[in-house]
Amino acid sequence: MSWEVDGMVILVGVAAALACALPGVFLVVRGMGLMGDAISHAVLPGIALGFLFSGSRESVWIFVGAAIAGVTAAVLTQVLHSVGRMERGAAIGTVFTVLFAIGLILMVRTADSVEIDPHCVLYGAIELVPLDTVAFGLPPVLPEMQLPAALGPILIVLGISAIVIALLWKELRLACFDPGLARTLGFNAGALHQVIMVLTAATCVACFEAVGSVMTVTFIVAPAATALLLSRRMLPVVMLALLLGGVAAVLGHISAVTVPGWLLGGDVDTSSSGMMAVAAGGLFLIAVFLAPGRGVIATRRSLRRLAATVAMEDALGLLYRLHERGEARDDAHVRHLLEADVRIGPRRLERVLRRLQQRALVVCTNGSWDLTEQGRIEAAGLVRAHRLWETWLSTRSSVPASHLHSAAERLEHVTDPDLASALQREVGDVDHDPHGRKIP
Amino acid sequence: MIATGDIVDVLLLREYNTALVVLSTAMLGFAAGCAGTLLLLRKRALLGDVVSHATFPGVVGAFIVMQAMGLDGKHLPGLLVGATASGLAAAWATSALRKATGLKNDAIMGIVLGASFGAGVAMMAIAQGLPGGNQAGLESFIYGKTASMVRDDAIMIGIGTLGVITISTLLCKEFRLLCFDEAFGCSIGRPMTLFDGVLMFVAVAVIVLGLQAVGLILIIALLIIPASAARFWTDRFTWTMCSAGVIGAASGWIGSTISALEAKLPAGAVIVLVCATCFMVSMLAGTRHGLIRRWWRQWRLSRRVLRQHLLRAMHERSPEGTLGVDTLVSMRSWTPGEVRTALRRALGSGDVTQMPDGWRLTEQGRTSGEQIVRNHRLWELFLIHHADIAPSHVDRDADLVEHVLDSQLVARLESLLDASAETPESPHPLEGGAS
Repeated sequence: MSWEVDGMVILVGVAAALACALPGVFLVVRGMGLMGDAISHAVLPGIALGFLFSGSRESVWIFVGAAIAGVTAAVLTQVLHSVGRMERGAAIGTVFTVLFAIGLILMVRTADSVEIDPHCVLYGAIELVPLDTVAFGLPPVLPEMQLPAALGPILIVLGISAIVIALLWKELRLACFDPGLARTLGFNAGALHQVIMVLTAATCVACFEAVGSVMTVTFIVAPAATALLLSRRMLPVVMLALLLGGVAAVLGHISAVTVPGWLLGGDVDTSSSGMMAVAAGGLFLIAVFLAPGRGVIATRRSLRRLAATVAMEDALGLLYRLHERGEARDDAHVRHLLEADVRIGPRRLERVLRRLQQRALVVCTNGSWDLTEQGRIEAAGLVRAHRLWETWLSTRSSVPASHLHSAAERLEHVTDPDLASALQREVGDVDHDPHGRKIP
Repeated sequence: MIATGDIVDVLLLREYNTALVVLSTAMLGFAAGCAGTLLLLRKRALLGDVVSHATFPGVVGAFIVMQAMGLDGKHLPGLLVGATASGLAAAWATSALRKATGLKNDAIMGIVLGASFGAGVAMMAIAQGLPGGNQAGLESFIYGKTASMVRDDAIMIGIGTLGVITISTLLCKEFRLLCFDEAFGCSIGRPMTLFDGVLMFVAVAVIVLGLQAVGLILIIALLIIPASAARFWTDRFTWTMCSAGVIGAASGWIGSTISALEAKLPAGAVIVLVCATCFMVSMLAGTRHGLIRRWWRQWRLSRRVLRQHLLRAMHERSPEGTLGVDTLVSMRSWTPGEVRTALRRALGSGDVTQMPDGWRLTEQGRTSGEQIVRNHRLWELFLIHHADIAPSHVDRDADLVEHVLDSQLVARLESLLDASAETPESPHPLEGGAS
């Protein structure tokens, strides 16, 4: 690891990640993340034309050509979508593949006069970044130092995006989340959308040379999507996306240098831009599992907790009804009924019964289950909710009598005392449910 | 200059090598058209994009594994098995991640696409460093190498195409259900997840077959473009599929012929451009949703609407009198140019005559005008009495509806409103001060 090589690669990677993440958030919120894909593949003919036109590898011409091609791709996609009434995905796929094909042909035709490599467009050449440096410094503040030349355009685009997004923050947010409302309030949602498109095109053009189109796509979409899993507010989402993009770039380069060595031994490394894309995807995958509240693990846990609560409540209800009917509540019978009724396996059943005992809601004396005083109150509340719902549904809705039980069975678990008393007021002075059982 | 004889030779498959290439790209085009239609109708057009990018790490991974096992790293069936596995994995990951996160499709697809292609690039760099590995040529999977296809490739593509056609024919009904009403399919107990899986498998198979021929980026075009082009010609499922297949096959045939005739034209790219030409022709000339047909109908409608506006304006102002252009312009929000155009056309069709001091309705124009005014006012009265809309607001609504009221609807309005044969009075003051 050295500043001259790794530091510069990381610097360019982080700058590209930040530049992509800014417009990326708005694209992903609008559900148009793959526009980045279309634009970054479509710059190929622009680069080829830039070469043909100027006959040189001066980066100004590549930039002009790529920028024109990028904006053309965005405009054509929009035209196919609105005039041709194609689905947006199909429009994107049509435009970028055709432009890519034109680019390939142009490159093969001109291969003798200019050496350009379509691979470079796909993969980028971030490893070559340290070879081309310029001295830069602001003497009083910043000592003069060697910085990679590729950093320039990326930083310029990053700056422009940051300024535009800061200035239009309120409007862009409105247009992204509710284009209809934006229009009725008098904002031109279409123009705001075009602003984001132009920023995306500029970002793709500035980034593809250094990091390649594939990493550009990933850095547009992945940090924004990851941030959207972690937060629901726009400002934190943007900040998180910037942070995650930067982290992915650093992680990507470090793993490109170290991981192949661990796996294969010896001094091998691999493509940094490829690994940066993998790192961005990896961070997303981690967030899918670990995101608080919305991650797979958190969702699983809250579902399981809900299932446990429902099972415990069903067990309480069953004991109450057995008591009401005066049936035997011996251990085997209760377990058998619970397994059949509540449909839980013997192991979960064991846990449910144990937890009910811990909370002093039920007691088991001489192999027979009984509700405690507290348990009886809770169970009565549940059975009351169940029977009130059955009564209400039978009088106020068209649910057939045979289906009342299953509907009430679900509703009883989400009915609090307030709702129960509201139901009681609704059904009036009734003390028996449609099956003729007493409402507690 | 290319001799005509050469063109005929290639088109008619007289030369063995080019015949092989032309036939296999045409077959591939057909299969891709069919599979692409299914993806497009399922609104998953870009899934092809994801899957094809994701085959790259599969190809490189298979190469590394085979090399490590001491086999020939570039054994084609092995590479294609790797590509199929990673393509299927990507398709599965896309739908699993969508279900797990609830994020929009495009974000998930972008991440799977980018991360898997990035992994491929990184593995490729490692493969280059492997001792004794000759990975050169693996990259041809990205761009394709049509010209150097051999008999085995052609046979493989042929078998694959037959497989795709067979599956699509056998499961035609099921796929149709899947594309148009998945929820209904689930509710009648059909295994929709299984059909979805079969569909994914078909798409992945076409992509893997196409890797050799046109490369992983341009095969996306063969999946999406013929299907999109076919949609402009027909709304029927079977026809869409057949015509997409034909467009794909024709593009493959013509494209590889062109590239065989002219050196330095990569076949894959030419095929895509031929495809794009078919697409543009379809978009313009398509008999179902083509732009020319749509614009023609719009133009005719706007002509009719303008005529009816003119006749109503003149009739409301003064059925018998002579009117100047300025008076007519003040009647509604239209430009003097529009009024003059309308008057010129009406003169041609005999609805108005030109007087020294202006324009006047002819007998024929008066009858049509009367009819339109009556329809307009009937609708206004209907809105006032039956839709509770204030009299000051009914004019605009009626202005839109008057052009599409047919005689049946008018008869129902008459019976609803107990209208006599005469034109009712306007329920609101008229524009321009006339009564």
